[in-house]
Amino acid sequence: MIKSLGILVLSLFIHGICIAQDTSDITKMLEAEIKLAEKNKTEYITATFKTTRLVNGHSLENTAKHVLDVKISHRFGTIIGATGGAYNIFGLDNATMRLGFDYGITNTLMIGIGRSTDYKTFDGFFKWKILRQSKGKISMPVTLSYVPTISYETLNPSDSVLLLDLKRYPSHRLNYSNQLIIGRKFSDGLSLQLMPTIVHRNFPHDDGPHDIYALGLGGRQKLGKRTSFNVEYYYQLQSNRVPGSHDALSIGFDIETGGHVFQLHMTNSQGMTETKFVPGSLNSWGKGEILFGFNISRVFNVGKKH
Amino acid sequence: MKGGMITAMILTVLAMNASAQMYLTRDAKVTFFSKAPIENIEAVNNEVTSVLNTSKGEFGFVVLIKSFKFKKALMEEHFNENYLESNTYPKANFKGMITDLSTVSFDKDGSYPVKVKGDLSIHGVTQNVEATGTITVSQGNILVSSKFNLRVKDFNIKIPSTVVNNIAEIVDITVDAKYEPYKKS
Repeated sequence: MIKSLGILVLSLFIHGICIAQDTSDITKMLEAEIKLAEKNKTEYITATFKTTRLVNGHSLENTAKHVLDVKISHRFGTIIGATGGAYNIFGLDNATMRLGFDYGITNTLMIGIGRSTDYKTFDGFFKWKILRQSKGKISMPVTLSYVPTISYETLNPSDSVLLLDLKRYPSHRLNYSNQLIIGRKFSDGLSLQLMPTIVHRNFPHDDGPHDIYALGLGGRQKLGKRTSFNVEYYYQLQSNRVPGSHDALSIGFDIETGGHVFQLHMTNSQGMTETKFVPGSLNSWGKGEILFGFNISRVFNVGKKH
Repeated sequence: MKGGMITAMILTVLAMNASAQMYLTRDAKVTFFSKAPIENIEAVNNEVTSVLNTSKGEFGFVVLIKSFKFKKALMEEHFNENYLESNTYPKANFKGMITDLSTVSFDKDGSYPVKVKGDLSIHGVTQNVEATGTITVSQGNILVSSKFNLRVKDFNIKIPSTVVNNIAEIVDITVDAKYEPYKKS
Protein backbone atom coordinates (compact mmCIF):
# COMPACT_ATOMS: atom_id res chain seq x y z
CA MET A 1 0.00 0.00 0.00
CA ILE A 2 2.75 2.37 1.03
CA LYS A 3 4.64 1.32 -2.06
CA SER A 4 1.69 2.08 -4.36
CA LEU A 5 1.16 5.40 -2.60
CA GLY A 6 4.81 6.10 -3.32
CA ILE A 7 4.27 5.26 -6.98
CA LEU A 8 1.22 7.52 -7.08
CA VAL A 9 3.20 10.41 -5.61
CA LEU A 10 6.02 9.67 -8.05
CA SER A 11 3.71 9.56 -11.04
CA LEU A 12 2.03 12.80 -9.99
CA PHE A 13 5.50 14.29 -9.61
CA ILE A 14 6.41 13.15 -13.11
CA HIS A 15 3.15 14.56 -14.35
CA GLY A 16 3.98 17.81 -12.60
CA ILE A 17 7.26 17.96 -14.47
CA CYS A 18 5.43 17.34 -17.71
CA ILE A 19 3.04 20.21 -16.96
CA ALA A 20 5.93 22.46 -16.04
CA GLN A 21 7.50 21.65 -19.37
CA ASP A 22 4.21 22.34 -21.12
CA THR A 23 3.98 25.80 -19.62
CA SER A 24 7.43 26.79 -20.67
CA ASP A 25 6.82 25.15 -24.03
CA ILE A 26 4.48 27.88 -25.27
CA THR A 27 7.00 30.60 -24.57
CA LYS A 28 9.90 28.51 -25.80
CA MET A 29 8.09 27.42 -28.93
CA LEU A 30 7.18 31.02 -29.73
CA GLU A 31 10.73 32.14 -29.16
CA ALA A 32 12.10 29.44 -31.44
CA GLU A 33 9.51 30.18 -34.11
CA ILE A 34 10.13 33.92 -34.07
CA LYS A 35 13.88 33.43 -34.25
CA LEU A 36 13.37 31.25 -37.30
CA ALA A 37 11.01 33.80 -38.84
CA GLU A 38 13.49 36.62 -38.30
CA LYS A 39 16.28 34.56 -39.82
CA ASN A 40 14.24 33.81 -42.94
CA LYS A 41 13.16 37.39 -43.45
CA THR A 42 15.09 40.30 -44.92
CA GLU A 43 14.53 43.46 -43.01
CA TYR A 44 15.41 46.60 -44.94
CA ILE A 45 16.64 49.44 -42.81
CA THR A 46 14.33 52.42 -43.13
CA ALA A 47 14.31 56.05 -42.03
CA THR A 48 18.07 56.54 -42.41
CA PHE A 49 17.32 60.21 -43.04
CA LYS A 50 14.13 62.21 -42.61
CA THR A 51 13.91 63.14 -46.26
CA THR A 52 15.59 62.74 -49.65
CA ARG A 53 17.90 65.76 -49.16
CA LEU A 54 20.49 66.32 -46.48
CA VAL A 55 20.84 70.08 -46.96
CA ASN A 56 21.64 71.01 -50.57
CA GLY A 57 22.44 67.57 -51.85
CA HIS A 58 20.85 64.16 -51.81
CA SER A 59 20.62 61.83 -48.87
CA LEU A 60 20.44 58.10 -49.60
CA GLU A 61 16.73 58.22 -48.85
CA ASN A 62 14.22 57.73 -51.67
CA THR A 63 10.66 58.91 -51.99
CA ALA A 64 8.48 55.85 -51.42
CA LYS A 65 6.58 54.23 -54.27
CA HIS A 66 3.76 56.40 -55.62
CA VAL A 67 4.61 59.25 -53.32
CA LEU A 68 5.01 62.78 -54.65
CA ASP A 69 7.28 65.04 -52.64
CA VAL A 70 6.89 68.75 -53.34
CA LYS A 71 9.94 70.67 -52.24
CA ILE A 72 10.15 74.41 -51.85
CA SER A 73 13.64 75.61 -51.02
CA HIS A 74 15.05 79.05 -50.39
CA ARG A 75 18.58 80.35 -49.97
CA PHE A 76 19.09 83.92 -48.93
CA GLY A 77 22.03 86.28 -49.30
CA THR A 78 24.92 86.13 -46.86
CA ILE A 79 23.99 87.39 -43.42
CA ILE A 80 26.90 89.81 -43.44
CA GLY A 81 28.96 91.12 -46.34
CA ALA A 82 28.00 92.47 -49.73
CA THR A 83 24.57 90.81 -49.99
CA GLY A 84 23.86 90.99 -46.28
CA GLY A 85 23.89 93.44 -43.45
CA ALA A 86 21.01 95.47 -42.09
CA TYR A 87 20.48 97.19 -45.46
CA ASN A 88 19.69 93.84 -47.09
CA ILE A 89 17.87 92.67 -43.96
CA PHE A 90 20.69 90.19 -43.42
CA GLY A 91 20.38 88.50 -46.76
CA LEU A 92 16.60 88.13 -46.98
CA ASP A 93 16.51 90.61 -49.88
CA ASN A 94 18.64 88.30 -51.99
CA ALA A 95 16.51 85.21 -51.94
CA THR A 96 16.81 82.53 -54.55
CA MET A 97 14.53 79.57 -54.65
CA ARG A 98 14.06 76.13 -56.13
CA LEU A 99 10.73 74.47 -56.66
CA GLY A 100 11.03 70.72 -56.97
CA PHE A 101 8.87 67.68 -57.54
CA ASP A 102 10.17 64.25 -56.60
CA TYR A 103 8.27 61.08 -57.31
CA GLY A 104 8.82 57.45 -56.34
CA ILE A 105 8.27 55.09 -59.26
CA THR A 106 9.23 52.13 -57.12
CA ASN A 107 10.69 51.95 -53.64
CA THR A 108 14.19 51.90 -55.17
CA LEU A 109 13.77 54.31 -58.07
CA MET A 110 12.73 57.92 -57.86
CA ILE A 111 12.75 60.75 -60.36
CA GLY A 112 12.69 64.48 -59.83
CA ILE A 113 12.54 67.79 -61.61
CA GLY A 114 13.17 71.27 -60.35
CA ARG A 115 13.45 74.88 -61.33
CA SER A 116 15.87 77.27 -59.65
CA THR A 117 15.95 81.05 -59.74
CA ASP A 118 19.70 81.07 -60.29
CA TYR A 119 20.32 81.30 -64.07
CA LYS A 120 16.65 80.26 -64.44
CA THR A 121 17.78 76.66 -64.33
CA PHE A 122 15.72 73.52 -64.86
CA ASP A 123 17.10 70.31 -63.44
CA GLY A 124 16.18 66.67 -63.61
CA PHE A 125 17.55 63.57 -61.96
CA PHE A 126 16.84 60.03 -60.98
CA LYS A 127 18.01 58.17 -57.91
CA TRP A 128 18.38 54.44 -57.98
CA LYS A 129 19.09 52.38 -54.90
CA ILE A 130 21.44 49.68 -56.15
CA LEU A 131 21.98 48.15 -52.71
CA ARG A 132 19.83 48.55 -49.64
CA GLN A 133 21.10 48.21 -46.10
CA SER A 134 19.39 45.19 -44.59
CA LYS A 135 19.63 42.47 -42.01
CA GLY A 136 18.20 38.98 -41.61
CA LYS A 137 18.18 36.62 -44.57
CA ILE A 138 20.02 39.11 -46.79
CA SER A 139 22.52 41.05 -44.77
CA MET A 140 23.87 44.22 -46.36
CA PRO A 141 25.94 46.72 -44.39
CA VAL A 142 25.38 49.76 -46.61
CA THR A 143 23.00 51.41 -49.01
CA LEU A 144 24.41 52.36 -52.40
CA SER A 145 22.62 54.79 -54.67
CA TYR A 146 23.37 56.30 -58.03
CA VAL A 147 22.15 59.83 -58.74
CA PRO A 148 22.74 61.38 -62.16
CA THR A 149 21.56 64.98 -62.54
CA ILE A 150 21.28 67.23 -65.56
CA SER A 151 20.55 70.92 -65.49
CA TYR A 152 19.71 73.42 -68.20
CA GLU A 153 20.09 77.16 -67.79
CA THR A 154 17.41 79.14 -69.56
CA LEU A 155 18.51 82.65 -68.61
CA ASN A 156 18.16 84.98 -71.55
CA PRO A 157 21.67 86.10 -72.55
CA SER A 158 20.54 89.74 -72.67
CA ASP A 159 19.80 89.49 -68.94
CA SER A 160 23.44 89.03 -68.10
CA VAL A 161 26.62 90.32 -69.68
CA LEU A 162 28.39 87.23 -68.37
CA LEU A 163 26.29 84.96 -70.52
CA LEU A 164 26.62 86.45 -73.95
CA ASP A 165 28.43 83.35 -75.11
CA LEU A 166 25.33 81.32 -74.43
CA LYS A 167 23.94 82.68 -77.65
CA ARG A 168 26.15 80.38 -79.61
CA TYR A 169 25.13 76.90 -78.59
CA PRO A 170 22.22 75.67 -76.49
CA SER A 171 24.59 72.94 -75.22
CA HIS A 172 26.49 75.64 -73.33
CA ARG A 173 23.56 75.81 -70.99
CA LEU A 174 23.88 72.18 -69.92
CA ASN A 175 25.64 70.86 -66.83
CA TYR A 176 25.84 67.32 -65.55
CA SER A 177 26.49 65.58 -62.28
CA ASN A 178 27.10 61.92 -61.56
CA GLN A 179 27.00 60.87 -57.96
CA LEU A 180 27.24 57.73 -55.89
CA ILE A 181 25.94 57.68 -52.35
CA ILE A 182 27.29 55.08 -49.97
CA GLY A 183 25.70 55.30 -46.58
CA ARG A 184 24.76 53.46 -43.48
CA LYS A 185 22.41 53.91 -40.57
CA PHE A 186 24.76 53.11 -37.70
CA SER A 187 22.20 53.44 -34.98
CA ASP A 188 18.74 54.84 -34.45
CA GLY A 189 20.22 58.30 -34.20
CA LEU A 190 23.36 58.28 -36.31
CA SER A 191 23.53 57.92 -40.10
CA LEU A 192 26.56 58.72 -42.26
CA GLN A 193 27.17 58.78 -45.99
CA LEU A 194 29.91 59.37 -48.55
CA MET A 195 29.10 61.00 -51.88
CA PRO A 196 31.79 60.76 -54.57
CA THR A 197 30.66 63.16 -57.29
CA ILE A 198 31.77 64.25 -60.74
CA VAL A 199 30.33 67.45 -62.14
CA HIS A 200 30.78 68.33 -65.76
CA ARG A 201 30.00 71.87 -66.87
CA ASN A 202 29.76 72.59 -70.56
CA PHE A 203 30.29 76.29 -70.05
CA PRO A 204 31.57 77.28 -66.61
CA HIS A 205 30.68 80.78 -65.48
CA ASP A 206 33.93 80.94 -63.53
CA ASP A 207 37.61 80.29 -64.23
CA GLY A 208 37.28 76.70 -63.11
CA PRO A 209 37.66 73.52 -65.14
CA HIS A 210 34.86 71.76 -66.96
CA ASP A 211 35.18 68.73 -64.73
CA ILE A 212 35.05 68.95 -60.96
CA TYR A 213 35.80 65.94 -58.82
CA ALA A 214 34.48 66.03 -55.29
CA LEU A 215 33.95 63.79 -52.33
CA GLY A 216 30.94 64.59 -50.22
CA LEU A 217 30.63 63.68 -46.58
CA GLY A 218 27.34 63.88 -44.77
CA GLY A 219 25.48 62.68 -41.76
CA ARG A 220 22.77 63.21 -39.28
CA GLN A 221 22.36 62.80 -35.60
CA LYS A 222 18.84 62.66 -34.28
CA LEU A 223 18.17 65.08 -31.45
CA GLY A 224 14.69 63.79 -30.72
CA LYS A 225 12.10 61.64 -32.39
CA ARG A 226 11.21 64.38 -34.84
CA THR A 227 14.35 66.49 -35.11
CA SER A 228 17.85 65.87 -36.33
CA PHE A 229 21.10 67.76 -36.83
CA ASN A 230 22.68 67.41 -40.28
CA VAL A 231 26.09 68.17 -41.73
CA GLU A 232 27.00 68.16 -45.41
CA TYR A 233 30.43 68.88 -46.88
CA TYR A 234 31.62 68.59 -50.46
CA TYR A 235 35.40 68.47 -50.75
CA GLN A 236 36.70 69.36 -54.23
CA LEU A 237 39.84 67.51 -55.24
CA GLN A 238 42.74 69.96 -55.46
CA SER A 239 43.69 69.01 -59.02
CA ASN A 240 40.34 70.05 -60.50
CA ARG A 241 38.77 72.77 -58.50
CA VAL A 242 37.38 76.19 -59.11
CA PRO A 243 40.10 78.72 -58.25
CA GLY A 244 39.25 80.87 -55.26
CA SER A 245 36.22 78.79 -54.35
CA HIS A 246 35.43 77.44 -50.93
CA ASP A 247 34.02 73.94 -50.55
CA ALA A 248 30.31 73.80 -49.84
CA LEU A 249 29.78 73.27 -46.14
CA SER A 250 26.35 73.24 -44.60
CA ILE A 251 24.80 72.46 -41.26
CA GLY A 252 21.13 72.17 -40.65
CA PHE A 253 18.23 70.86 -38.67
CA ASP A 254 15.38 68.66 -39.84
CA ILE A 255 12.07 69.18 -38.12
CA GLU A 256 9.36 66.74 -38.99
CA THR A 257 5.67 67.27 -38.45
CA GLY A 258 2.93 65.04 -39.92
CA GLY A 259 3.52 65.08 -43.68
CA HIS A 260 6.01 67.95 -43.70
CA VAL A 261 9.73 68.04 -43.16
CA PHE A 262 11.21 71.48 -42.49
CA GLN A 263 14.93 71.76 -43.04
CA LEU A 264 16.59 74.90 -41.72
CA HIS A 265 20.25 75.42 -42.45
CA MET A 266 23.29 77.62 -42.52
CA THR A 267 25.49 77.21 -45.58
CA ASN A 268 28.01 79.07 -47.70
CA SER A 269 26.37 77.89 -50.93
CA GLN A 270 23.38 79.38 -52.69
CA GLY A 271 23.15 76.58 -55.23
CA MET A 272 20.57 73.87 -54.71
CA THR A 273 21.54 71.42 -57.44
CA GLU A 274 24.75 69.39 -57.59
CA THR A 275 25.95 71.20 -60.71
CA LYS A 276 25.84 74.48 -58.74
CA PHE A 277 27.00 73.70 -55.22
CA VAL A 278 29.57 70.94 -55.76
CA PRO A 279 31.96 73.41 -57.51
CA GLY A 280 31.94 75.37 -54.27
CA SER A 281 31.17 78.97 -53.58
CA LEU A 282 33.01 82.27 -53.23
CA ASN A 283 31.55 82.57 -49.75
CA SER A 284 33.85 81.50 -46.96
CA TRP A 285 32.77 80.17 -43.59
CA GLY A 286 36.07 81.51 -42.26
CA LYS A 287 35.08 85.06 -43.15
CA GLY A 288 31.56 84.57 -41.79
CA GLU A 289 30.06 84.65 -45.27
CA ILE A 290 27.29 82.25 -44.46
CA LEU A 291 23.67 82.37 -45.41
CA PHE A 292 20.40 81.07 -44.12
CA GLY A 293 18.22 78.69 -46.10
CA PHE A 294 15.35 76.28 -45.75
CA ASN A 295 13.70 73.40 -47.56
CA ILE A 296 10.08 72.52 -47.04
CA SER A 297 9.03 69.05 -48.09
CA ARG A 298 5.43 67.97 -48.31
CA VAL A 299 4.51 64.45 -49.40
CA PHE A 300 1.34 63.38 -51.18
CA ASN A 301 0.18 59.87 -51.94
CA VAL A 302 -0.71 59.65 -55.60
CA GLY A 303 -1.24 56.74 -57.92
CA LYS A 304 -2.47 53.34 -56.90
CA LYS A 305 -2.46 52.20 -53.33
CA HIS A 306 -0.27 49.14 -53.12
CA MET B 1 -2.54 -6.27 -9.22
CA LYS B 2 0.29 -4.02 -8.25
CA GLY B 3 1.82 -4.24 -11.71
CA GLY B 4 -1.53 -3.38 -13.23
CA MET B 5 -1.83 -0.32 -11.03
CA ILE B 6 1.62 0.93 -11.99
CA THR B 7 0.84 0.37 -15.66
CA ALA B 8 -2.43 2.25 -15.29
CA MET B 9 -0.70 5.15 -13.62
CA ILE B 10 2.03 5.33 -16.22
CA LEU B 11 -0.62 5.17 -18.92
CA THR B 12 -2.57 7.95 -17.23
CA VAL B 13 0.51 10.13 -17.14
CA LEU B 14 1.30 9.38 -20.77
CA ALA B 15 -2.30 9.98 -21.78
CA MET B 16 -2.41 13.33 -20.00
CA ASN B 17 0.82 14.25 -21.66
CA ALA B 18 -0.33 13.21 -25.11
CA SER B 19 -3.49 15.25 -24.75
CA ALA B 20 -1.31 18.37 -24.39
CA GLN B 21 -2.06 19.23 -27.99
CA MET B 22 -0.06 22.04 -29.46
CA TYR B 23 -1.21 24.10 -32.41
CA LEU B 24 0.81 26.60 -34.36
CA THR B 25 0.38 29.36 -36.92
CA ARG B 26 3.04 31.52 -38.56
CA ASP B 27 0.72 33.70 -40.60
CA ALA B 28 -1.93 34.90 -38.23
CA LYS B 29 -3.36 38.29 -39.16
CA VAL B 30 -3.46 41.23 -36.80
CA THR B 31 -4.97 44.50 -37.97
CA PHE B 32 -4.84 47.86 -36.36
CA PHE B 33 -7.47 50.49 -37.05
CA SER B 34 -7.55 54.07 -35.88
CA LYS B 35 -10.56 56.24 -36.62
CA ALA B 36 -9.98 59.97 -36.27
CA PRO B 37 -11.67 63.11 -37.64
CA ILE B 38 -9.05 63.82 -40.33
CA GLU B 39 -8.08 60.35 -41.43
CA ASN B 40 -8.47 56.68 -40.74
CA ILE B 41 -5.34 54.66 -40.36
CA GLU B 42 -5.24 50.96 -40.97
CA ALA B 43 -2.35 48.53 -40.83
CA VAL B 44 -2.20 44.81 -41.43
CA ASN B 45 0.34 42.31 -40.22
CA ASN B 46 0.07 38.90 -41.87
CA GLU B 47 3.17 37.42 -40.31
CA VAL B 48 2.11 36.88 -36.74
CA THR B 49 3.23 33.74 -34.95
CA SER B 50 1.01 32.08 -32.38
CA VAL B 51 0.97 28.88 -30.38
CA LEU B 52 -2.09 27.33 -28.76
CA ASN B 53 -2.15 24.58 -26.17
CA THR B 54 -5.67 23.18 -26.42
CA SER B 55 -5.47 20.95 -23.38
CA LYS B 56 -4.75 23.82 -21.06
CA GLY B 57 -6.29 26.67 -23.00
CA GLU B 58 -3.02 28.51 -22.98
CA PHE B 59 -1.88 30.53 -25.94
CA GLY B 60 0.68 33.09 -26.96
CA PHE B 61 1.27 35.56 -29.77
CA VAL B 62 4.42 37.26 -30.98
CA VAL B 63 3.93 40.22 -33.32
CA LEU B 64 6.84 41.79 -35.14
CA ILE B 65 6.03 45.50 -35.14
CA LYS B 66 7.92 46.18 -38.38
CA SER B 67 5.72 43.72 -40.26
CA PHE B 68 2.70 46.02 -40.04
CA LYS B 69 1.95 47.29 -43.53
CA PHE B 70 0.26 50.65 -44.05
CA LYS B 71 -1.26 52.16 -47.18
CA LYS B 72 0.91 55.25 -46.83
CA ALA B 73 4.65 54.80 -46.52
CA LEU B 74 4.99 57.80 -44.26
CA MET B 75 2.43 56.40 -41.81
CA GLU B 76 4.44 53.21 -41.64
CA GLU B 77 7.61 55.18 -41.01
CA HIS B 78 6.04 57.29 -38.28
CA PHE B 79 4.40 54.23 -36.70
CA ASN B 80 7.81 52.58 -36.39
CA GLU B 81 9.95 55.62 -35.69
CA ASN B 82 7.83 57.91 -33.59
CA TYR B 83 5.12 55.86 -31.93
CA LEU B 84 5.96 52.18 -31.50
CA GLU B 85 9.75 52.77 -31.61
CA SER B 86 10.20 49.40 -33.20
CA ASN B 87 14.00 49.47 -33.10
CA THR B 88 13.86 49.57 -29.33
CA TYR B 89 10.72 47.47 -28.96
CA PRO B 90 10.64 45.19 -32.00
CA LYS B 91 7.97 42.79 -30.72
CA ALA B 92 4.58 42.83 -29.12
CA ASN B 93 3.79 39.76 -27.02
CA PHE B 94 0.64 38.27 -25.67
CA LYS B 95 0.40 35.33 -23.32
CA GLY B 96 -2.93 34.31 -21.98
CA MET B 97 -5.59 31.75 -21.13
CA ILE B 98 -9.00 30.84 -22.38
CA THR B 99 -10.95 31.38 -19.16
CA ASP B 100 -13.95 29.25 -20.13
CA LEU B 101 -12.05 26.38 -21.69
CA SER B 102 -14.61 23.78 -20.58
CA THR B 103 -17.16 25.10 -23.08
CA VAL B 104 -14.87 24.31 -26.02
CA SER B 105 -14.56 20.84 -27.56
CA PHE B 106 -11.46 20.94 -29.67
CA ASP B 107 -12.20 17.48 -31.06
CA LYS B 108 -15.65 18.43 -32.33
CA ASP B 109 -16.32 20.71 -35.29
CA GLY B 110 -18.19 23.83 -34.30
CA SER B 111 -18.00 27.43 -33.27
CA TYR B 112 -17.44 28.39 -29.65
CA PRO B 113 -17.54 31.89 -28.15
CA VAL B 114 -14.80 32.26 -25.54
CA LYS B 115 -13.39 34.70 -23.07
CA VAL B 116 -9.65 35.20 -22.85
CA LYS B 117 -7.35 37.13 -20.60
CA GLY B 118 -3.67 37.56 -20.31
CA ASP B 119 -0.70 39.87 -20.44
CA LEU B 120 -0.14 42.04 -23.47
CA SER B 121 3.25 43.74 -23.93
CA ILE B 122 3.59 46.56 -26.42
CA HIS B 123 6.19 49.31 -26.51
CA GLY B 124 7.83 47.94 -23.37
CA VAL B 125 4.64 48.17 -21.31
CA THR B 126 2.75 45.12 -20.07
CA GLN B 127 -0.98 45.39 -19.42
CA ASN B 128 -3.50 42.83 -18.31
CA VAL B 129 -6.18 42.60 -20.97
CA GLU B 130 -9.45 40.73 -21.36
CA ALA B 131 -11.22 40.09 -24.61
CA THR B 132 -13.85 37.92 -26.19
CA GLY B 133 -13.34 35.84 -29.26
CA THR B 134 -14.58 32.92 -31.27
CA ILE B 135 -12.94 29.55 -31.69
CA THR B 136 -14.00 27.56 -34.71
CA VAL B 137 -12.95 23.94 -34.95
CA SER B 138 -13.00 22.59 -38.47
CA GLN B 139 -11.45 19.36 -39.72
CA GLY B 140 -8.59 19.31 -37.29
CA ASN B 141 -7.74 23.00 -37.75
CA ILE B 142 -8.59 25.70 -35.27
CA LEU B 143 -9.63 29.20 -36.24
CA VAL B 144 -9.49 31.95 -33.69
CA SER B 145 -10.83 35.44 -34.16
CA SER B 146 -11.07 38.30 -31.75
CA LYS B 147 -11.65 42.01 -31.72
CA PHE B 148 -10.78 44.35 -28.91
CA ASN B 149 -9.78 47.92 -28.16
CA LEU B 150 -6.58 49.33 -26.79
CA ARG B 151 -5.96 52.72 -25.30
CA VAL B 152 -2.78 54.06 -26.87
CA LYS B 153 -1.90 55.94 -23.69
CA ASP B 154 -1.87 52.70 -21.65
CA PHE B 155 1.21 51.61 -23.55
CA ASN B 156 3.09 54.84 -23.03
CA ILE B 157 2.64 55.89 -26.66
CA LYS B 158 2.41 59.64 -26.81
CA ILE B 159 0.42 61.44 -29.48
CA PRO B 160 1.54 65.05 -29.97
CA SER B 161 -1.23 67.63 -29.76
CA THR B 162 -0.64 68.60 -33.41
CA VAL B 163 -1.92 65.22 -34.63
CA VAL B 164 -4.75 64.51 -32.15
CA ASN B 165 -7.17 64.79 -35.04
CA ASN B 166 -5.20 62.26 -37.09
CA ILE B 167 -4.74 59.46 -34.57
CA ALA B 168 -7.41 57.93 -32.34
CA GLU B 169 -6.88 57.56 -28.60
CA ILE B 170 -8.48 54.15 -28.70
CA VAL B 171 -7.61 51.82 -31.56
CA ASP B 172 -9.33 48.63 -32.72
CA ILE B 173 -7.31 45.46 -32.91
CA THR B 174 -8.54 42.48 -34.88
CA VAL B 175 -6.94 39.07 -34.67
CA ASP B 176 -7.49 36.18 -37.08
CA ALA B 177 -5.48 33.02 -36.67
CA LYS B 178 -5.73 29.66 -38.34
CA TYR B 179 -3.83 27.04 -36.39
CA GLU B 180 -2.58 23.71 -37.56
CA PRO B 181 -1.47 20.86 -35.34
CA TYR B 182 2.14 21.40 -34.38
CA LYS B 183 4.47 18.64 -35.51
CA LYS B 184 7.88 18.61 -33.97
CA SER B 185 10.42 18.67 -36.74
